[in-house]
Amino acid sequence: MSQYKAVIGLEMHCELKSNSKVFSSARNSYNEIPNDNISAVDMGFPGILPVVNKKCVHDALMMSIALNCKQPEFMYFDRKNYYYPDLPKGYQITQMESPVGINGSLEIECNGIRKKIAIHDIHLEEDTASLDHYYDTSCIDYNRAGVPLLELVTEPCLSSADEAVAFLETMRSIYKYCRISEADTKKGQIRCDVNVSIMEENDKELGTRVEVKNVNSFSNVYAAINYEIKRQSELKSQGRYNEVEQETRRYDEESGKTIRMRSKADAIDYKYSVEPNIPKFKIDPAWLKEITSSIPLLALERKDKYIKELNLSDYDAGVIVKEREYADYFETCIDLGIDAKTASNWLTTQILGEINHQEINLADFYITPVLLKQIIDALNVGTISSKQAKEIFYKAVEEKKEPKSFINSDSAQISNREELEAIIKKILEENPQQIEQYKNGKDNLFDYFVGQVMKNTKGKANPIITKEILRNNLDK
Amino acid sequence: MNKTIEELHELLKNKTITSQELIKESLKKSHEVNEKYNAFVTILDDAKETPITDNLLSGIPFGIKDNYSTKDILSTGSSNTLKNYVPFFNATAVEKLLNAGAVPVNKTVLDEFGMGGTGTTGHTGVVKNPWDPKRMTAGSSAGSACAVAAGVYPYALGSDTGDSIRKPAAYCGIVGYKPTYGMISRYGLFPFASSLDHCGVLTRSVKDAAIVVDNMKGLDEKDMTTWDSSPINLFQSITGDIKGKKLCYIKELCDINYYPDPSNELKEHLKNFREKLENFKSLGIEIESVSVDQNLLNALPSVYVAISCVEATSNMSNLTGIIFGPRGKGKNVTEMMMDHRTTGFSPLIKRRFIIGSYILQKENQERYFKNACRVRRLLVNTWKKLFEKYDAVILPVGSGPAKYLDEEKETLSKDTQVLEEHLQIGNFGGFPSITIPDGFINNLPVALNITGNCYDDANILNIAYALESSMDYKNQIAKEVE
Repeated sequence: MSQYKAVIGLEMHCELKSNSKVFSSARNSYNEIPNDNISAVDMGFPGILPVVNKKCVHDALMMSIALNCKQPEFMYFDRKNYYYPDLPKGYQITQMESPVGINGSLEIECNGIRKKIAIHDIHLEEDTASLDHYYDTSCIDYNRAGVPLLELVTEPCLSSADEAVAFLETMRSIYKYCRISEADTKKGQIRCDVNVSIMEENDKELGTRVEVKNVNSFSNVYAAINYEIKRQSELKSQGRYNEVEQETRRYDEESGKTIRMRSKADAIDYKYSVEPNIPKFKIDPAWLKEITSSIPLLALERKDKYIKELNLSDYDAGVIVKEREYADYFETCIDLGIDAKTASNWLTTQILGEINHQEINLADFYITPVLLKQIIDALNVGTISSKQAKEIFYKAVEEKKEPKSFINSDSAQISNREELEAIIKKILEENPQQIEQYKNGKDNLFDYFVGQVMKNTKGKANPIITKEILRNNLDK
Repeated sequence: MNKTIEELHELLKNKTITSQELIKESLKKSHEVNEKYNAFVTILDDAKETPITDNLLSGIPFGIKDNYSTKDILSTGSSNTLKNYVPFFNATAVEKLLNAGAVPVNKTVLDEFGMGGTGTTGHTGVVKNPWDPKRMTAGSSAGSACAVAAGVYPYALGSDTGDSIRKPAAYCGIVGYKPTYGMISRYGLFPFASSLDHCGVLTRSVKDAAIVVDNMKGLDEKDMTTWDSSPINLFQSITGDIKGKKLCYIKELCDINYYPDPSNELKEHLKNFREKLENFKSLGIEIESVSVDQNLLNALPSVYVAISCVEATSNMSNLTGIIFGPRGKGKNVTEMMMDHRTTGFSPLIKRRFIIGSYILQKENQERYFKNACRVRRLLVNTWKKLFEKYDAVILPVGSGPAKYLDEEKETLSKDTQVLEEHLQIGNFGGFPSITIPDGFINNLPVALNITGNCYDDANILNIAYALESSMDYKNQIAKEVE
């Protein structure tokens, strides 16, 4: 879309899951009632002190390790000092000098191509309060003040809006795989700042960097990047590149445009200083080891494994690793001895279809891998037809009864040879004319006999055995 | 009320007096002292007696510096920015004393938010010295020092960022003790400079200081800088036996020859100090003179200014008048915050905010702030080195008795600046440090200070107790001169 090369860097903020906030004992949970999850600490009352939530540090370290970052020997926090109504203490506790991770990298897949994205740093901080602006008033909700936030900063190494979104999707997946965040953009749990510049293909130096702040959905990230590339490219091709200023802009969802907020020259000096109330502490290498071993296999690694070791298609593997729940379910099926292709088919069609229909989580779905195996085993030994298998599946879901209770009752397939032979014998006796015609070469009458057997058994006759008996009788 | 905590406890226990009588006397005294010396922001006339238990503090009145958060009681930090602030939670140290059965009877005046060493910058006006109302108490724990010296109660809480307990104690002829950093929780103490702030107490005897701090200290899950001091019982550690202990004093601060143009008061003060040292030797201790690089000593005042102003600027950014404190006037939030801070803070504080803000600017951080932190480290290491050989450093406090209120701080001699401010090293290192009276000049008290290594509080108090016992200034109540 542009004759120029785009250079993009991302800052991604993601709220972490925890019982209490990162530096206070107030609850950390999504809450519709404003100013309900708050404590004196979050409100910055005189004399309050921060107390670090160990779980948040644990989770931040886990993310640092998952992103192949280097962890610091000592952990401490800094204050970012500035005045804003959403910041009751007048500073935000964050990490400037010694972030929880630096110099990491993450492999992403974008349009089938794998690429390594360099991570500058990842740091743990507290969220600010949220502001709602009305016509002549603004309301402050301190529920969000002090919510644990991980901020990740990439190097400027992304080259398109597609890559940026692929990166964010991958990050969201890792947060969810590691179970440290719901990573839900709809709840405002992920917010991004986007840095965009353009340059000639062979330029050595980066162009002028424009920052778009507070982009709150992946589709807006996509749109904001493309808008900036287009805007900057148009100015450059008109010879007006000097009009591209190092500045901070915001994305306006309604117009689909970015709008100037302030020039870099007006940038705030955040006057960072060490947070004196949180003593510097040494990160125990044994703790790091323990955290490392608790990190699950992530989506891309699992996808590779499913394709290479289990011969799944790229598409199916992609669907299964989309959520850790799906992948875990799938792997349980494999562990139970279900054939990979069969498990994949059931999971990606019936099961995902049903949980989407019911709007529930896979974890809450009645048919566990163990129950699924009952159906697949019966199918494999020919006790039931694939049509019946599906019927049993839905019946089991509906009545919340084990599939095997349907397999052995009258709904089950008739595979008993003697029983079938008796039925077939009777049918043949009733149709002497058709036998005559078949023997004279009217081959398609074979299917007529199969149909009669099915009609007689209400479709429950095992088709393979039925055909075998019919042939034995007709072709002798 | 001129009795020690132990004596009062005994009287309460054997029912010679009641808690209610003590409170009544203390409140009456509070009003008199406030009338004369302006020591209190709030007098709690409705203070209620508490049952007498085995806790030495039960039923006994005390005072709280007004920068401690007290639930349902006005807590102003002696600042207009909090002139109407009534907290909904108690500082941990206050909570612990209430649990011990202690009875708060007033909130004492300080230099606004503890910034200042004169007792003259509180929003309710100047605190006067009970030995001579023309003189200052020093600060910032001005009201607490004044009240304890005047005999309102046996003890009052103070806080100490540079010397805010130990200097006013000296000027008022009483004991001021700040324990090791983190021994007492700072939760609920309005912060000035968090890495230097300490809670502590002003009393009329070393034993009383030990008793009070025993009841204030302890690990607090609300303050990550606290440490577990439960094996330490300061009061029970006081034996009075200090044979074999080794003290040192710093030649560059104590030798009169280092002062080119000494005042008579300074001469007397240092002479008295040296005489006392000689006397102490009879207790079976060694006292040696040591030398410390004068350049390092001379850097002390500016290091203190840099670090304390930086932390203060950040700590007091919460004072906007939006969530608490009087709302400022203005068309929007920014104007309201500006009005609140412009009209609320005294010029002294604003000056310090500007210094702190300037030092924290990106381009100045390395040159001013980081260097200040490095020199702080050097000073602390120098003292730690001394503690390898000596139990404590003993030094005179200030350059003489209390200064006159109309004496401008700027006119003070540069030569004595380090002597005036050396107590700040105790804050740099978080060292336990105690000031006890060691004599009189022109009928006004002067004092010495004993500072030891971190966590060695019991030893330091025991030394202080032994020295105190060898002099005649224990439990003295202020008598106005002339």
